[in-house]
Amino acid sequence: MTDTKVAAIEERRPIGERLGRVRVASWATAALLIVAVIAAVALQPNLLSPYGVASTFATFLPLVLVAVAQAIVVIGGGLDLSAGAIVALSSVVAVQVMQGQDGSVLLGFLAALGTGLACGIVNGLVVSRLRLQPLIATFATASVFSGLALLVLPTPGGTVPAMITGTFRQAVGGIPVSVLLVVAVAVGWLVLRQLRIMRHIRATGGGPAAAFASLVPVAGAQLASYAICGVICGLAGLAVLGNSGSGDPFIGGALALNSVAAVVVGGIALRGGIGSPIGAIAGAITLSLASTILFALNLPTSWRALAAGLVVILALSLSALGAPRRQR
Amino acid sequence: MSTATTNPAGTDPAGTDPAGTNPAGTGRTATSRAGTLLRDPVVIAAIIAILLVVVGGILKPGFASPDQIVNMLRVASFLGIIAIGQTIVVLSGGEGIDLSVGTVATLGAILASRTMNGSDALIVPGVLLALVVAAAIGLVNGLGIVLLRIPPFVMTLGMLGVVGGLILVVTGGVADGRAAPALVQLVNGRDVLGVPGILLVWVLLAVVVTLVLRRTTFGMRLYATGAGREAARLSGVPVGPVTVTAYVLSSVFAALGGIAMVGYSQQVFLNLANDLTLPSIAAVVIGGTLVAGGVGGYLGSAVGAIVLTVLTSLLTTLSMPEWARIVVQGVVLIALLAVYGRQRKLRA
Repeated sequence: MTDTKVAAIEERRPIGERLGRVRVASWATAALLIVAVIAAVALQPNLLSPYGVASTFATFLPLVLVAVAQAIVVIGGGLDLSAGAIVALSSVVAVQVMQGQDGSVLLGFLAALGTGLACGIVNGLVVSRLRLQPLIATFATASVFSGLALLVLPTPGGTVPAMITGTFRQAVGGIPVSVLLVVAVAVGWLVLRQLRIMRHIRATGGGPAAAFASLVPVAGAQLASYAICGVICGLAGLAVLGNSGSGDPFIGGALALNSVAAVVVGGIALRGGIGSPIGAIAGAITLSLASTILFALNLPTSWRALAAGLVVILALSLSALGAPRRQR
Repeated sequence: MSTATTNPAGTDPAGTDPAGTNPAGTGRTATSRAGTLLRDPVVIAAIIAILLVVVGGILKPGFASPDQIVNMLRVASFLGIIAIGQTIVVLSGGEGIDLSVGTVATLGAILASRTMNGSDALIVPGVLLALVVAAAIGLVNGLGIVLLRIPPFVMTLGMLGVVGGLILVVTGGVADGRAAPALVQLVNGRDVLGVPGILLVWVLLAVVVTLVLRRTTFGMRLYATGAGREAARLSGVPVGPVTVTAYVLSSVFAALGGIAMVGYSQQVFLNLANDLTLPSIAAVVIGGTLVAGGVGGYLGSAVGAIVLTVLTSLLTTLSMPEWARIVVQGVVLIALLAVYGRQRKLRA
């Protein structure tokens, strides 16, 4: 609750003092990211080549985006298990709208974002107005969204306009577009953070009853958090298309749970009110790098999944240990 | 909350009176007893299950035949057995949830069927091996949650990945092994008064679990822990061991459910029961157990498992296209939860 106030005060402090006040969880997140980057580069030096960076970030982008989306909902005290289904639905809608035509790329963008927004609003209404448990409610809406994705595109296929796949692999001023997109998301968060609605979302996550008593529109804040999440998932749907070059109604599968893992590794408390999507970006990159590293280690195929599981559980426990606990 | 603390073991035989439906303790008088009963989630869920069967019988003759109903109950038993553990974990409170039950059930099924490999003599070692490994997984979950204070959602989410990896290591990516004939007969035969033995096992488990929850020290301690950890601790309840036990039981029942499923399918798949995790949570919620912990019981979860299974088979029977089936399933789940799964208003 006091987090927003503290944040407001901190913005006026000198940077050194602010660094000293950074939470333990953020240090754990940063340390994990640094270790992951060093290990990945040591094992695969060509990761740092311009092409390596571009293609690595391109494959990471969907999870990074969904993790940011998930972070906003989690900070608001919710959870979105339908994030993966929203990504799938908005990507297949965009594929069908664009039909591979470069001319309808703008329309496709709008369709993907609009689909994401609509799904997010449905989630938000179910959670805030029907007051259902977010976990189980978004599990149910995930079922609805994946069903609709199957209706829109029954089997994987379709073509993505060359403009999207091409731009996705290009570089602007030496910096790959995929990297620029991650930076854009981070900057977008810095803007969003300043808005009143984000303070309301954070206050709601910190404690809905106290927020309500402080005249925070709790239901509106919940609705907004899911709506924002939906839009970002729509964007992630486009990133998926840019990567794969075709539509796939089943793409969402593991994205939702992976995004939750990324959020936790990013130092965001699942009980809400604490953390920042910047951490979630770091968490998503750490987890994605972890699988790159395990791939480079040339483990026997059947052991790879176990190793990945152990690394994830280790990262999760380290972050959870560093996370601040509320007194009970 | 108040209901739970003053009446943790539920002298109320119907089993559940979740906070919120009856906050002021009204409705205890004879005149409103019917009203109280109609607000009991277990009763509502049972009515919904019956309605679904009736609707199915009207839309598709033969859907409500005794034979078909027994069939559906048989399929519901796997989810129902897995939901036993999920119920215990949710009851233990502290945001208790077990996301690893689906993969643990699959692992249990794989270990058991590889060991028995189609031979009746090896059923006992196979089942024992599966249960011991499952118990060890549950122990790790519980210790991580209690000692390292990792939130249950995070701990069991991580375990989901680890167990998924274990499955690949054990099988090398190829699921082999067959269920023993006796196990297949237990699930698929009609030996006991014309119904499969697995239903008898399920009923037996349900009775035992309900008695353990309502009539034993462990049950009382579990409800006390779920209702309020600090209060329970101050009253001398060993909160830590109780929580760890809850997660061990969750994994053990998950493995048991997985083994029953192999009896049905006769062969294992690498993702046999993976998709049952979220339905098991849904069954618990539909059954009226509060996600916050401390209130509820297993009877509701069993009925919840039946509701979910009947719904799935109804939608399959109606030969809807796959997309419509998935959509309707989600919509119905939301509608079900909206009937009584709603959380309290902030404006009290």
